[in-house]
Amino acid sequence: MDLTKWGFKKSLWVFHLNAGACNNCDIEVLDCLCPKFDIERFGMKLVGSLKHADVLLVSGSVPRKVVPDLIEAYEQVPQPAVVIAIGACACTGGIFKDGYNFAGPVDKHVPVAAYVPGCPPRPEAIIGAVVKLLGTL
Amino acid sequence: MASTLRLVLSFLIFPGLLFTAVIGLVTQWIDRKVSALVQWRVGPPWYQPFADVLKLMGKEIVIPAGARRAGFLIAPMAGFAAIGVVSTMLWLTNMHGTGFVGDLIGVIYLLTIPSLGIILGASASSNPLSSVGASREMKLVLAYELPFVIAIFTAVTKVSPMTLRLDGILEYQAANGVLLGNASCILAFIVCILVVQAKLTYPPFDIPEADTELMEGTHIEYSGAALAVIKLQQAMMLFTLPIFLITVFWGGLVLSGWGILYTIVKYVIIIVIIVLIKNTTPRVRIDQAVRFFWGPVTVIAVVGMILAILGF
Repeated sequence: MDLTKWGFKKSLWVFHLNAGACNNCDIEVLDCLCPKFDIERFGMKLVGSLKHADVLLVSGSVPRKVVPDLIEAYEQVPQPAVVIAIGACACTGGIFKDGYNFAGPVDKHVPVAAYVPGCPPRPEAIIGAVVKLLGTL
Repeated sequence: MASTLRLVLSFLIFPGLLFTAVIGLVTQWIDRKVSALVQWRVGPPWYQPFADVLKLMGKEIVIPAGARRAGFLIAPMAGFAAIGVVSTMLWLTNMHGTGFVGDLIGVIYLLTIPSLGIILGASASSNPLSSVGASREMKLVLAYELPFVIAIFTAVTKVSPMTLRLDGILEYQAANGVLLGNASCILAFIVCILVVQAKLTYPPFDIPEADTELMEGTHIEYSGAALAVIKLQQAMMLFTLPIFLITVFWGGLVLSGWGILYTIVKYVIIIVIIVLIKNTTPRVRIDQAVRFFWGPVTVIAVVGMILAILGF
């Protein structure tokens, strides 16, 4: 058995990146950490530094100003790492897809491993997406 | 030759690095589980700290562009090795009564090296948040060392004949009852618990790491195996410092018969005190921390010292 891979599945440290979101998805992400859902049961925790992260949770429609920062943030995360797009804006652009400053959904700039649609997605949906993602690793 | 080999093995495996790391990680799980229960959560499974370290071993090490490469990578190892030496010394003294003159002073010195390693690594990483964390860590070391040394020397004063050997302190306690039975040593023990909180950089003294303002400050730039070494070092500190307090104040480790159970109870009591302080206090500012340690805590330590000299 590959021990580092087992460790990776059991201990995902999440960095939460707001790429022009309205804060709605971000609040749902925080819900996952609260006692009702408590994702620390699965070893996931929120970290403050990109260098510690395994998962980049990106929410928001990625306006033009944010694109270089998003790419730089992705390059700073030590590999192996995965990106999860949270919310309708991050997956497709949502209601902002025709906006003048809309620079494409997240997967136009960085490779995305899982999409969680919804405006905002429920915490159950976020946890479910991560569980499905772990099954494919 | 054989004795050298035994010393090397006892540093590397039992009771040195490997044993300390494993028990330390289990203790860290107790810490996280108790914290979760305090916050009405379920908390992580028992293997969580092991999974964290194994995962970090398999990750890429990113070295920042402006960092001093050698210093950045060597600094965590210094603290890791020092805390392994402390653990080996304490356990060998408790198990076989091997000690040498002044090993207590050696232990006090070695317990500072992890903080120095963190300061060096943080300064080498060329991150502004790290530098702020390093300077805070430096001030915190200056703040807590004074009451810590006074408190430890209260125990030394209380032991007669006065001795700087750990096994001397243990023999005195075996003959005359634990030092914690004296008023002076109770004060010294309270001071030591507060200092341990700062040595572990746990709240209310997690000022150098300060999750919400510095994003883990001193080790913000570390990743992969280097971060794993830092996590291991923190786990080993969490294991070694209570063992040190038990050795100096609470009769040492008894490793036969019912003594094993009693030893575990003592250890768990100290850990739970530390975790409960961690979970019920907010972070203080660095100036408040320095004022706290140089003010009330030093006064308590000096009062304990005077009581010990008067014979209480």
